[in-house]
Amino acid sequence: MQFIISGILVGTAYAVLAIGFCLIWGAARIVYLTYTAFYMLTAYFFYVLCTLIGLNIFLAALLSIIISTLIGIATYRLCIERIRGHETIVILVSIALAFFFEEGIRSIFGSLFRRVPPFISGYQELLGVRVLNQYILAFGVNLALIIGLWLFLSKSKIGLAIRATSQDREIVSLMGISEKKVSAVAVTLGIGLGTVSSVMVAPIYVVEPAMWVPPIAMVLAIVVLGGLGSLKGSLIAAYILGFSECAVVSYLPIGTFVKGAVALLVMIVILFLRPEGMFGVNFEEERL
Amino acid sequence: MSYIRILYKIFELDILAIPGRDMALVGIVFLLLIGITPINPYLLNTLVFASIFAVFAASWDLLYFTGQLNLGHGAFFGIGAYVSAVLSSRLGLPVSVTIPLGALGGIIIGLIICLPALRLRGPYLAIVTLAVPPILKGIVFVFPELTGGELGIFGLPSISDSPIFTYYFCLAVMLISVSIMWKLTDTKSRILRTGIIFCAIREDEISARTSGINTVKYKVLAFVVSGFFGGIAGGLYAHTMKVVGTSTLDFLFSVYPLIWSIFGGAGTIYGSVVGTYILYFFSSQLLIYVPEVRMVIFTAIIVIMILFMPEGISQWIRGKFEISCPRCKIANSAVRKFCRICDAPLH
Repeated sequence: MQFIISGILVGTAYAVLAIGFCLIWGAARIVYLTYTAFYMLTAYFFYVLCTLIGLNIFLAALLSIIISTLIGIATYRLCIERIRGHETIVILVSIALAFFFEEGIRSIFGSLFRRVPPFISGYQELLGVRVLNQYILAFGVNLALIIGLWLFLSKSKIGLAIRATSQDREIVSLMGISEKKVSAVAVTLGIGLGTVSSVMVAPIYVVEPAMWVPPIAMVLAIVVLGGLGSLKGSLIAAYILGFSECAVVSYLPIGTFVKGAVALLVMIVILFLRPEGMFGVNFEEERL
Repeated sequence: MSYIRILYKIFELDILAIPGRDMALVGIVFLLLIGITPINPYLLNTLVFASIFAVFAASWDLLYFTGQLNLGHGAFFGIGAYVSAVLSSRLGLPVSVTIPLGALGGIIIGLIICLPALRLRGPYLAIVTLAVPPILKGIVFVFPELTGGELGIFGLPSISDSPIFTYYFCLAVMLISVSIMWKLTDTKSRILRTGIIFCAIREDEISARTSGINTVKYKVLAFVVSGFFGGIAGGLYAHTMKVVGTSTLDFLFSVYPLIWSIFGGAGTIYGSVVGTYILYFFSSQLLIYVPEVRMVIFTAIIVIMILFMPEGISQWIRGKFEISCPRCKIANSAVRKFCRICDAPLH
């Protein structure tokens, strides 16, 4: 029971992160590995505003989301946009940027583990399992984000433009949509999703400079597993990997050490069987 | 006597006449001589690590030259280090046996990475290779009796008791491995076809296939060679550091060769060696003076370098001192007015 409930909760948290990443990949066609560095930055801003300065917790959350999304979009405009066509160079620059943020934070705050206060304390008994209230809130917010994003992409005009851009970039340009602007919007949206999810999840985990590495590994595994660019695929893959992680943690004695390794192993095995992922489209020019 | 004259002629035409090779020669002679001078032991140790990491960075660069972006190169290094360390501490084998066996471990990991790598490319390949070191790390944690688990393996024997011998040994290994890799990626070679084929695979794999090249064979070759030299670097590191922990399988360790190679000039094996020596020395100096913000400065330099000097520092310097003849494509010193071979005007 423990494992089913935590699987659902963890899977939803991963799903939000993965969908944000997937959105960036789909519309802007970049593997933006700095993505979870903003997740880490948000947690730190939240820590500073809430614990050090002592602002109201909701105000602090809102401010940290806005600040780190702004940093994210500024980084994209300054560094990534001009080299967007060169996929491998983008990967290299985004890794270097991620380490830049990590080490910047480390030089200011040190490597100590920090804690941020939860929005609501206490816990509930769900089917005989104790679940923190914060976990339930994070689940609700994450679910709302997924549904909201789905509505946004399917109903609004910008959503339509984003979906069109991820299908065919050249035709979109011919239809009079600025592909550059759509990419920037998608990146902002993706980073925004990541930061909101960070504020929700940060009180549950510890806040430290290297906290961006495990989620990026997980997100990459999910996104590749679901098929790069497929939002539905990453949603399902997030639950598969979330459940597998929770199963490993609860049934293996050394589970916490190997949970990342098991998820990545699942990814490699599935890629063996289906190189384009579960729901991926087989791009002619991107595959062998 | 005439042989010596021919050799001297080759030396004069192929090395002395090209400024970039002059600089390489000066650098090698400097590295060879510095071991016998009464140098600060800390600095000598820095140079030992720099030569080990130069092999590591060059082995990454070989894969990059073939167009395979490997973001999990630490896997080769880590497996080399762990195999050497386990054999040496659990079985008591001598250093001369453990390092080659570590390299063999690198080859095996290279073959395993090949399985998915042959079907993927570009960002997909990068993401899959990224997953390899964490999986190995998981394996390390599963067998704590063998691998030491979180603590790692310590108290390993060193390569030699004399630091000067260690320095020359690592330098010799570096020079030999880098020359082999440089030759393997030499596109103008008349003896080896690998250079031009690797280049073809990088530029357009489908065209290479339609030209009748067995690209699978050559990609496997690239991974195996890269894994071999990465494993050697790992084994050397294990016996120089005398301790191997899971940090060798960290993401940061896979990023280092990338940073060094890009800084020096990716895709030209010698560039990654130059980059490693400069950046490793630089970062060890930063470690003394500004330890807290070292990595911030380091990563900021990398971002700026990639954005504004994408060809790397070695290529940038070569561009300043060398000019290639418009007619025969032979490298000339930039101060010459006419090509030294075909007399065509250079400007």
